[in-house]
Amino acid sequence: MTGMSAMPPAAVAADPVESVATTRTRSPRRRSERSVLASVGLHATLIVATFCALFPILWVVLSSIKPPSEIRRTEIQLFSSPTLDNYRRLLTSTDFPVWFLNSVIVAAFTMVIGIAMSATAGYALSRFNFPGKRGLMWVFLLTQMFPVAILIVPIYTIMANLGLIDTKPSLVIAYLTVAVPFCAWMLRGYFDTIPRELDEAAALDGLGPFGTFWRVVLPLARPGLAVTAFYTFLTAWGEVAYAIAFMQGSDHYTLGAGLQTFVPQFSPRWDLLTAGAVLITVPAAIVFFFAQKHLVAGLTAGGTKG
Amino acid sequence: MRKSFDRHWYAWAMVLPTVIVLGVLVFYPLVQGVWQSFTNLNESNQREEICTKVLGGAETCEPNPDGARFVGLENYVDVLTGQQGHFWLQLSNTLVWTIACVVLHYGIGLTLAVMLNRNFRGRGFYRVALILPWAVPSFVAAFAWRFIFDERFGIINGVLRAVGLDPVAWFEQRWTSLFTAIVANVWLGVPFMMVALLGGLQSINGDLYEAAEMDGATPWQRFVNITLPGLRPVSSTVILLGTIWTFNMFPIIYFVTRGQPAGSTEILVTGAYRAAFEGIRDYSLAATYGVLILSILVVYASVYKRMLAKQGEVF
Repeated sequence: MTGMSAMPPAAVAADPVESVATTRTRSPRRRSERSVLASVGLHATLIVATFCALFPILWVVLSSIKPPSEIRRTEIQLFSSPTLDNYRRLLTSTDFPVWFLNSVIVAAFTMVIGIAMSATAGYALSRFNFPGKRGLMWVFLLTQMFPVAILIVPIYTIMANLGLIDTKPSLVIAYLTVAVPFCAWMLRGYFDTIPRELDEAAALDGLGPFGTFWRVVLPLARPGLAVTAFYTFLTAWGEVAYAIAFMQGSDHYTLGAGLQTFVPQFSPRWDLLTAGAVLITVPAAIVFFFAQKHLVAGLTAGGTKG
Repeated sequence: MRKSFDRHWYAWAMVLPTVIVLGVLVFYPLVQGVWQSFTNLNESNQREEICTKVLGGAETCEPNPDGARFVGLENYVDVLTGQQGHFWLQLSNTLVWTIACVVLHYGIGLTLAVMLNRNFRGRGFYRVALILPWAVPSFVAAFAWRFIFDERFGIINGVLRAVGLDPVAWFEQRWTSLFTAIVANVWLGVPFMMVALLGGLQSINGDLYEAAEMDGATPWQRFVNITLPGLRPVSSTVILLGTIWTFNMFPIIYFVTRGQPAGSTEILVTGAYRAAFEGIRDYSLAATYGVLILSILVVYASVYKRMLAKQGEVF
């Protein structure tokens, strides 16, 4: 089921960019110890890898500012008569702005409800020993294995019976089923890293379990919550299977469902598609890089302890 | 009982919303999906009642004589003997797809993580650049790669032409078509593995390396005897999750190859999706696929877990 949201971003490890320098435990070999040849090999490999990682993005961006006739050329040209015309057409003569808005609404609701649910569930799993806890943990993990194929038809039927097909709530609810178990599991790992003594101190000060949770633990868990927020947002932003199945009118599409209308089997509109791809990726990338700053515990911690 | 309730009511109150959502939207549908796989439900027979308007605006309803009915194991027999759908073809595609993707994800991710775990100039830049694909939503990546592999206007064929080779009609052969999807998915998934393994590398005690170095261990020996065992907890988790995610990966196959040529690169998940939502919607066929996919994954996960337990790893 989670397969559709690709790899959950944000799930893993501390800020991979910054924390590395501080948490390194292994004393590095001094640079002079490495032979010149090894250095060249290291950089050469990394440069090739970086090229592979960046080129597709760069190519789509470059293509998006070419006029359609230039995109449909068989020779390679990095730049040719750059123009923002594709973007203008995308925003004025297609439903793209509507899809964008729909996606924002769906992703925002998924995010807010998802955080609320997974935080409370994750906290309960982390702090309390209650009957059924282990079973619940397993269930959360098990939901990771559910392919979109087995749930989508029954969920479709349920939504149809509720009259929710072709509405945004149907998508929000469907995305919650994907995101919440995983986030609860992840947040449990994060709450485990917050000392229990703090809860006990709060209880001594007369706070009830909900008060402790709300006033003491949640503020401390902000980085973990941020990760959850990013993950749920990106899940909803990047999902397509449910979106295509549930949404019918073009003005109800989210980005995933809408974008595919530009690339029918024959005569795809690469001009609109590349421009749309850029506009969709930018918010996702911004959210993603926010996540980098806040990530602390995450999947590997939760996974090794789970 | 009463005492248990007093002690645990707030714990349950806190998990209740999640339990309800999971119950209503995962387990009820799951049970229903399993049930549907034993029926012949499709688009045309899904109504339980047929209602006709009578004079005066009222409606009369009577049970649909052609409604979906219980057919026992018929769907499973049909699917597994190949009378309906292309289960074995899609299963073989799924296996090739999953194994290729996970091996490449892990191999490339580990190589890059080990490199980035060293101290050298420009490390920060490489790290940021290499995780960038992770920020691209999967369906966008799928369309981008479709564009890159486009037979006439794609950059890959452009390069082939430029160096004097024949352009390849990527989507007209099963293996080249599957290859394009694997490339797209590897591109998308490596950053996750790299970051996860980098986190794992940092948790390995540096003293071990120093001790090994003093004992005269070669870099390769240190990698095999310290790095790999030290990474095992992280590796076992990401390989399990990565396998499950790749197995169920929908958008890449769906948008990159679209099953071309003629459905021969469909994997199980996209096959099931097409059965359910394209042409005459065959819900029972899709449900049967779903049950089979889930069974394969559950068996895989439990075998995997047992293997790890044998090696003394429990997660």
